Amino acid sequence: MIASIGLILLCQLAGEVIARGLGLPLPSPVLGLLLLFVLLVARDYIKPLARGPLGNGGVEEASKGMLAHLSLLFVPAGVGVIQQLDMITAHGVAIMLVLAGSVLITLVVTVVTFVVVARLLSMWVPR
Amino acid sequence: MNADPFSLWVYLSQTPLLWLTVTLLVYAATDAVSQATGRNPLVNPVLHAMWIIGVFLWATGTSYTTYFGGAQFVHFLLGPATVALAVPLYENRKLVLAAILPMALALVVGCVTAIVSVVWLAQLAGLPETVVLSLAPKSVTAGVAMGISESLRGDPSLTAVAVILTGILGAIIVSPLMNRLGIRDYRARGFAVGLASHGIGTARAFQVDAIAGVFAGIAMSLNALITALLVPVLVTLLVR
Repeated sequence: MIASIGLILLCQLAGEVIARGLGLPLPSPVLGLLLLFVLLVARDYIKPLARGPLGNGGVEEASKGMLAHLSLLFVPAGVGVIQQLDMITAHGVAIMLVLAGSVLITLVVTVVTFVVVARLLSMWVPR
Repeated sequence: MNADPFSLWVYLSQTPLLWLTVTLLVYAATDAVSQATGRNPLVNPVLHAMWIIGVFLWATGTSYTTYFGGAQFVHFLLGPATVALAVPLYENRKLVLAAILPMALALVVGCVTAIVSVVWLAQLAGLPETVVLSLAPKSVTAGVAMGISESLRGDPSLTAVAVILTGILGAIIVSPLMNRLGIRDYRARGFAVGLASHGIGTARAFQVDAIAGVFAGIAMSLNALITALLVPVLVTLLVR
C-alpha cells in the first residue's frame, strides 16, 4: 500500500524533474502517467521488475482506490468558485451560456468524429 | 472541557482538521445521494458539495484561504490520481490501441472545436477581451489551463472558475445528450466527455462505465498536451 503510493508519487516527481529540467510545457502528472504506463508494460517483458508495488497488483489496487473517488478531489477547487462568484457577477450569465454552448458543441463534434472514423475503419478492415 | 464554546470554535475553525473533515463528510453525503438516485447527472456530487461547503463557509465567516488549509490535502491528490490513470490505460491497452485512429482524429477535431467555439461564442456575447482570453483554455485541467491563461495575459483565477464550471456542465450534459444522439459506443462517449470536461468529466465517465472512464482519462491527458500547444496559435488568429 505505502510502496504503491510511493511509486505513484515517484512517477509524478520524475515527471516534474523532466518537465522542469528540459523546460517542457507539459504537466508533470501527465508525464508521470506515461512513466507508470511504461513501467507496467516493461514489467511484462522484464521479469525482475515484477516485485514490490509492481509485483502482486499493489499499484493497481492503490490506483483504482484513488480513481474511485476522483470526484472528491475536485471539491476543494470547486469551493473556490463559490468564493469568486462576485468577480464573475458582472458577466455571470453570459459566461455560463458561452461555456454551456461550447461544451455542448465540443461533446457533439468529438463524439461524432470518433464514431464516424471508427465505423469507416470497421468497413475497411473486415473482422 | 473549555468553559467558553466560542473560543473552542475560534480555535477549531482555524485548524486543517475541521475543514478536511467537513470536505470528506459533505462529499460522502452528496456521493451517497448521487448513488441513491442511480447517478442522476443533476445530482453531481462535486456541484452539490461545492455549494453546501460554500454556504457553510459563508455562514461561519470562514475565508477560502482558511478552508483550503485543510482541503489542500485532498486537492494535492489530483496529481497522483492523474498518474494513476496509467493503470486502467494499461489494463485496456488492446482496446485503446484498436481505437488509436478514431482517438487521434477526435482529439484534434475536438480540441480545436473546444477552443474556437468558446472564443467565438464569447465574442458573440460581447464579452471583454480579457474574459475571452481567460475562457479559451477552459476544457483542460485547472493547473494547465491557468498556466495557458497567464501566458495569454488572461485572468488565471477567472480561468479556474471557467474550468470548474466547464467540468460540471459537461458531467451533467453528457449522459442525456449521448442518449438522445443514440450513441452507445462507450469508448466514444468517454472520450468526448474527457476531452470537453477534463477530470470532472472523467470522474463522471468512471461512474457510468469503466471503459468510458479509461477513454475519458486518455482524452483528458492528451487534450492537456495539445491544448497547451494550440491555444496560443488559435487565439492569435481569432482574437483581433
